[in-house]
Amino acid sequence: MGNITLKNVHKAFGSAVIIPDIDLDIEDGEFVVFVGPSGCGKSTLLRLIAGLEDTTAGAIAIDGVDVTDAPPAKRGLAMVFQSYALYPHMSVYNNIAFPLKMAKVDKAEIDKKVRGAAATLNLTNYLDRRPGQLSGGQRQRVAIGRAIVRQPKAFLFDEPLSNLDAALRGTMRLEISELHHQLATTMIYVTHDQVEAMTMADKIVVLNAGNIEQVGSPLELYKTPKNLFVAGFIGSPRMNLVTGAEAAKHGAKTVGVRPEHLKLSTTEGTWKGTVGVAEHLGSDTFLHVQCDGIGQITARADGEFGLNHGDTVWLTPEEGKLHRFNEAGEAIR
Amino acid sequence: MARRISTRRKIIATAAAWSVAFVIFFPILYMVLTSVKTEAEAIAGTSLIPSFTFENYVEVQAQRDYFKPFMNSVIIAVGSTLIGIIIAVPAAWSMAFSPTKRTKDILMWMLSTKMMPAVGVLVPMFIIFRDTGLLDTRLGLTVVLTLINLPIVVWMLYTYFREIPGEILEAARMDGASLTGEIVYVLTPMAVPGIASTMLLNIILAWNEAFWTIRLTAANAAPLTAFIASFSSPQGLFWAKLSAASTLAIAPILIMGWFSQRQLVRGLTFGAVK
Repeated sequence: MGNITLKNVHKAFGSAVIIPDIDLDIEDGEFVVFVGPSGCGKSTLLRLIAGLEDTTAGAIAIDGVDVTDAPPAKRGLAMVFQSYALYPHMSVYNNIAFPLKMAKVDKAEIDKKVRGAAATLNLTNYLDRRPGQLSGGQRQRVAIGRAIVRQPKAFLFDEPLSNLDAALRGTMRLEISELHHQLATTMIYVTHDQVEAMTMADKIVVLNAGNIEQVGSPLELYKTPKNLFVAGFIGSPRMNLVTGAEAAKHGAKTVGVRPEHLKLSTTEGTWKGTVGVAEHLGSDTFLHVQCDGIGQITARADGEFGLNHGDTVWLTPEEGKLHRFNEAGEAIR
Repeated sequence: MARRISTRRKIIATAAAWSVAFVIFFPILYMVLTSVKTEAEAIAGTSLIPSFTFENYVEVQAQRDYFKPFMNSVIIAVGSTLIGIIIAVPAAWSMAFSPTKRTKDILMWMLSTKMMPAVGVLVPMFIIFRDTGLLDTRLGLTVVLTLINLPIVVWMLYTYFREIPGEILEAARMDGASLTGEIVYVLTPMAVPGIASTMLLNIILAWNEAFWTIRLTAANAAPLTAFIASFSSPQGLFWAKLSAASTLAIAPILIMGWFSQRQLVRGLTFGAVK
């Protein structure tokens, strides 16, 4: 089991308040992603759950048991760190075996479990090596191996892929998702990369300045962002936000439309603009269009879309895909 | 891009480095050479080719027992190092892993004590030693040397511990290690090279310390520094014997330093480069 409940959790370092007041329920077996910009408190929140930081106020419960004052070792959680945090003086085998040794599991059992984990993670040939002799991806696998042998109640991942190159990040993302399906254990994953959040999560928690802005499935957040922050943070490229007279026409302070929800035409439409930079990704082209009286708008076009720098283009938001926000930046439904 | 260095420049640089090394090493070489000259040769002066006589060593040993001050040096140097490490490890540990606002000030304050001239406290120290019966005892010298070198030991260990990433310790905590488990299985194995090089340096510093060791001892606890000093007055004109005594005094530490130079350099430059 791995239900985790946070109640009125508050964290401050001296006079600096990192997390004002958070309530959160994480269900057993869920893949939850904490996402937000740097300094939003997502890593601190994870460390509070892990027990590596003490809460200033509030309570944390795992499977209904209050663990607010329990040390990390007593919480039954496993963590994978950004820097992998492998023990440099131990072989891969001993790194993976370490948590079992600490739990005083007998040797034969340790051997079985370590070899099992190594097989799952393709590490069998590297068991005698030291972490220093491994590549970044292999080190990350060792760190995951060390986490899975304990069969924890939940896995905590603190930006585990940010030290890897883009290609490897894609592969590891799939491996972690696959692992989640195999183990069906609760996973909490911290990242600033919204692509990782969208592709891996069952539930995304968007954080900003220590507050939860919205909790929901990736598609919920994409389709119905609760406020301007979530609207701007989820989706790539970012949602276009328009203020002023254009927004007032829709009875809002700000209106937002995603690049993929704009129809393009060379003859007619709602907003007239001039094509600036065009980013060709092959499958898609992202056009950065300077619209008269509105500002810069990003629009997605087909890969073969034949427009050049300086051409005139008309953009029309798709029906029902316009997001409206009030003065406070909250969505108007 | 790596700079390309021509062969000629390499030869010049190598020759220059050897010259500097030779100049630094020359006094020690000259001392060793003088120790195997006869007294007449030694006084005559500058010849670099001695007659390789070992009579000076025999005489030095006959006049004053070398073994006793040698053992005093060993006990004082090793003793002060062990006590220093026992005090410094937890001190450096807490400053490196749970620093407070004042940690930097404490470190600076400790280092500042090294900036004070020792002679400034000579009289009070002497009186305290006299009144507590510590004059001319190994215990007294061990205590003094421990205190003198403690700031350096704490600083070195602190720099070393700072290089151990905190996440590794946190990982150990997550993996279920108790505080003892964390120290025994993770921290200590990672810090052993640092502790070892700190100990080596401290032994060398304690071995070479000549201000307090000479002034606070007479016959009983006198280490090798006092042994040489005692030769310089009555035997002041006998250069060869004095050289032999000095060679004997520095030989153990020179040999130890030679074998441990890699650790020493690593310990001293740790934290400077990653």
